[in-house]
Amino acid sequence: MAKTLVIQPVTRIEGHAKITIQLDDAGNVNLARVNVIELRGFERFCMGRPVEDMPRITPRICGVCPWSHHLAAAKACDAVFGVEPPPAGAKLRELCNSIAYMEEHILHFYFLAGADFLLGPDADYSVRNVIGVLQAAPEVARRVVRVRHMCAKMLEIIAGKAIHPQAAVPGGFSKPLAKDERAHLRIMADEALELAKFSIAFAKENVFPKYLDVVKSLGVITSGFIGTVKENGALNLYDGKLRLMASDGTFDDFPYDRYTEFIGEHIEPWSYLKFPYAKKRGGFSLEDNAPGLYRANTLARINVCDFIDTPLAQAELEEFRRNFGRPAQLTLLYHWARLIELLYNAENAIRLLDDPDITSLETRVKVTPRAARGVGCTEAPRGTLIHDYETDADGMITNMNLIVGTTHNNAPINLSVTQAAKSLIHDGKYDQGVLNTVEMAIRAYDPCLSCATHRLDGKMSVRLDIFDANGSLLDSLAN
Amino acid sequence: MAARLAEEWFTICGGCEVTILDIGEPLLDLLEKVQIVHMPVLMDHKLFGQTGEKTEMEIPEADVGLISGGIRTEEHKLLAQEMRRKCKTLIALGSCACYGGIPALANLYTTEELLTKVYRESVTTDKNGFPHEEIPALTDRVYSIGEVVKVDMSLPGCPTTPDMVAGALTALLEGRPFTLSTKSVCDECPTIREKKATSTLRRRLEPVAFTPGAPLNQMRCFMEQGFLCNGPATRSGCGGSEGTPRCIRAYMPCEGCFGPISEKANPMVDMMGALSTIGLDPKQIPDRAATFNRFSGAGRLRPAPKR
Repeated sequence: MAKTLVIQPVTRIEGHAKITIQLDDAGNVNLARVNVIELRGFERFCMGRPVEDMPRITPRICGVCPWSHHLAAAKACDAVFGVEPPPAGAKLRELCNSIAYMEEHILHFYFLAGADFLLGPDADYSVRNVIGVLQAAPEVARRVVRVRHMCAKMLEIIAGKAIHPQAAVPGGFSKPLAKDERAHLRIMADEALELAKFSIAFAKENVFPKYLDVVKSLGVITSGFIGTVKENGALNLYDGKLRLMASDGTFDDFPYDRYTEFIGEHIEPWSYLKFPYAKKRGGFSLEDNAPGLYRANTLARINVCDFIDTPLAQAELEEFRRNFGRPAQLTLLYHWARLIELLYNAENAIRLLDDPDITSLETRVKVTPRAARGVGCTEAPRGTLIHDYETDADGMITNMNLIVGTTHNNAPINLSVTQAAKSLIHDGKYDQGVLNTVEMAIRAYDPCLSCATHRLDGKMSVRLDIFDANGSLLDSLAN
Repeated sequence: MAARLAEEWFTICGGCEVTILDIGEPLLDLLEKVQIVHMPVLMDHKLFGQTGEKTEMEIPEADVGLISGGIRTEEHKLLAQEMRRKCKTLIALGSCACYGGIPALANLYTTEELLTKVYRESVTTDKNGFPHEEIPALTDRVYSIGEVVKVDMSLPGCPTTPDMVAGALTALLEGRPFTLSTKSVCDECPTIREKKATSTLRRRLEPVAFTPGAPLNQMRCFMEQGFLCNGPATRSGCGGSEGTPRCIRAYMPCEGCFGPISEKANPMVDMMGALSTIGLDPKQIPDRAATFNRFSGAGRLRPAPKR
């Protein structure tokens, strides 16, 4: 008998999504989709407001990666005003970025996605969560909770507030770092580095080998990638140039303000969330390995960089590339790449704290309004974040365009969920473990649907093409 | 027996959920006293059953319910009502749930204006029409939770603070009352006030005057230096056990994220008074309604009349 399954909400991700699966009389999938139900409309209500308010308003797009929006906004303001922050201003911003990254990558690996691996995709839902992790590995869990909390405390010491901060301002940073504060932070950074080292060793020993089959099969697609690198090709998460790589490994590098030449956004009538695509490589097509298809977030950055300029993370990158090549395509490798980035950020935070510039009192330059366009980018944990502002002579916003990390991954998430559902649900056979495994394909991307739906978005939709056992198309599913 | 806890999130950024995790190690003790029965960000309880076969959304019975985010869709309304039915005590968590928060700035515009901006006027977007199929039913504006269902307790802040969440939950579990501060941010701000501005109103394009490393009680009040600060009309408490307001610690003025000092307060009137008293001209501020109600737009902000 025909029935509809509504898996709502998709859980252990940031924001709202649901999966709808319709089964026909024979118990085969007739229709399936993922919807995200949120809406806000930042691009409209920021218009007409003073540009210097953007670093205060736009972090509310996301409370999980507020620092990414805060810093992209501050950098877009710098560009609008035509100023460069003093070295201490830029380095304090980058330090906060690395600390915020550690907090977020720890959160995702241990609190959100980790339960699938530590307790198993089929474990009962009542234990397949952070509480279950606490019971299964209490010492690890306590340490993780302590270090994650410590990262929030570090941000409070530097910036007053860890979530929705105000300290990054047009032209620099509002508060110099005192030397005694630096000494205190340095001890905390060492503890974070120890957890980062532990985490990747733990995962390489206990998680990835055990789930190698799943890693090799779940949500697998082939795509290009986007990320940020320094002039010399090194990974950077705060500043640099954008690099858009095709699936064959060839790439284009370009400065932030030329992103409109390389990225287009497609609208599908069945989704409020737009579909970015690499427009110099081809038009938009929602197909695996389409020329315009690219991905963002951890795996993308690890793929596009030529090297990492901290020693421990570089050693991990070399091992990763020996195992999976460049660019690596397996979707669940996002988790592995996330742990390499955790290590890089711990090393980078220590490097910045040891930099003599970091305690300079010159953290900020004065700015003067003018009519201008400014584009500011950072690598948010979930992908390349673009803030593009135009102002009038008084410095009031006249136009604004935002592309956020998760939005780049709209088409790839569609395709990975399609692939997962196709490979897992046959002849109407499913249980909560199978449905959770489909969700795991989404979780690998660590989507932040609050970010993705900063616009006036009703829902993000995933289209599924459902095939029968002979490979003929039963239905093409969309909303 | 452990108290049962349910959490839902509506028009959110997730910052209040991260704040719960930011309680740190005391959270582990708290988790031993509660049983989480529904919380999408952390656990996999599903609204239509674990394999999605039910036709009505269902949240388990709970002793304590938390809702973050304001209401923007009809589904949020239904879920708020389900939370109200199933939870003995219902808490509005964070300023979006309490007063609408930043997303309620959208109440200044009609839905049509927002859609046009996003799908017709964006520089990178191919102009091939509005998405139009199966749009979920939107409410006409952003509502606070308290405008839709009865709320037993409000924990404001953008985000709220770990101290406040832990304090409120602990008080509830122990059967003690929990009350919010009725003071203003200025009452907890250490800066020097002499009731007289030293400058006309200035935009935040330059730093305030301060001596790096010197205690904040040697620094002059932001407003008296000419920088707009929402402290006079904002409820105190953001500084937690340390007292000093969070943004002030970064040498930045208060944004007003804890919302009005009381339910009946009018931030517009309070701020106009605070500025005039020290000799500043509120008329210099171009968009006073949205500046003084930046976090409390549910019920307070509306589209400008058509000219």
